Amino acid sequence: MEDFLDAFVEILDDTDRSILLAETIYKDLDEWDSMTALMLIAMFDEKYEKKITGNDIKEATTLNDLYLIALK
Amino acid sequence: MGAILRAIEYVYPENKVTNDDLSLQFPDYDFAKFEEKVGIKNRYWVRENETALDLAIKACEKLFLRIDKDTIDYVLYCTQSPEYFLPTTACILQDRIKLAKNIGALDFNLGCSGFTYGVSLAKGLINAGQAQNVLLITAETYSKYLHPKDRSNRAIFGDAAAATLISSSDIEGIGEFMFGTDGSGYDKLIVKNGGGKFSFDQAAPEIVYGTDNTYTDNHLYMNGPEVFNFTNEVIPGFTKEILQKNNLNIEDINQFVFHQANAFMLNFMRKRLKIPTEKFLIDLAEGGNTVSCTIPIALKKYSETIKNNQMQSIALVGFGVGLSWAGGIVKIDRRL
Repeated sequence: MEDFLDAFVEILDDTDRSILLAETIYKDLDEWDSMTALMLIAMFDEKYEKKITGNDIKEATTLNDLYLIALK
Repeated sequence: MGAILRAIEYVYPENKVTNDDLSLQFPDYDFAKFEEKVGIKNRYWVRENETALDLAIKACEKLFLRIDKDTIDYVLYCTQSPEYFLPTTACILQDRIKLAKNIGALDFNLGCSGFTYGVSLAKGLINAGQAQNVLLITAETYSKYLHPKDRSNRAIFGDAAAATLISSSDIEGIGEFMFGTDGSGYDKLIVKNGGGKFSFDQAAPEIVYGTDNTYTDNHLYMNGPEVFNFTNEVIPGFTKEILQKNNLNIEDINQFVFHQANAFMLNFMRKRLKIPTEKFLIDLAEGGNTVSCTIPIALKKYSETIKNNQMQSIALVGFGVGLSWAGGIVKIDRRL
């Protein structure tokens, strides 16, 4: 999980790593927008070689939800 | 005998919309970060009474400053912003710019793959002896389809028109082109209402999608993550197939000119294909994503850097709404 959070903070510019937790509702982060959604897809592809769909992003709420998709 | 790209001219509307202008409407959004990631500084939108055909006519008028319009014997007009359901916009263009009457003229409805399709169609017409000088128009005003509160799409899309002349030639300047289609993704980028299936609905409800963007079914909708997934899955492999079909390697290509969708997305594909940055054009800052016009605009700008008539092999790849993709190789040795 910590590894995943390290990777997630990389797609953000101004968000402190310390506020990212498994239960963080990532869509509430100030920096979350349609561009970071694309960067998340790219991160999944590069780091986990996994495809995350638009629907996955729509349905996931917390960072842990995303992490579970990365583990699948 | 063959066909070559001889000249390109393009225009944007006069109404320039900067990121600062957009930030007045969307004060909570960080447009500096948007500019850094997506690469767009300005886009141009038509005013209410201006249409894609008006832009197309201006692009043609620029072209006719150096090309004899009486030599044009075929018009291919690519748009998803036609003047009317019917008649064909290309017919109206013929009259407005006073082209000869004994010519062929048709519209074709494609978006971001439209220019590469058009080049290939023009090559086919010329090499079949059906035409000598094909005027390929791409003209688009997606701004008319954007919901006023759709921040993401308002930031990305701009209007433009390009007029490209493709002519018969002693050499073949247009290589092998390839195509792809996947209509299962038809609703990933769509204006749902106003066509044959669903009427324009005065009472269409506002729908919030993605990250605080709003649209109705009368407006353009884009599922950004799914379009991104499609391009990542399809376009790098497709680009390699184009090179193989033309018996070329990445090193043989002087410049890759992809549809200018979004700088982050383009660089992601560039890295996957291991194309050096200097061989991969990014041209989004000035006009944004102008749909079928991005490739001719970028190609024209690139052609201005060609020195001493050095022949250049350029890979063109268009992809997007449909879902539809098309690409191939062109050879040019001068300013277009």
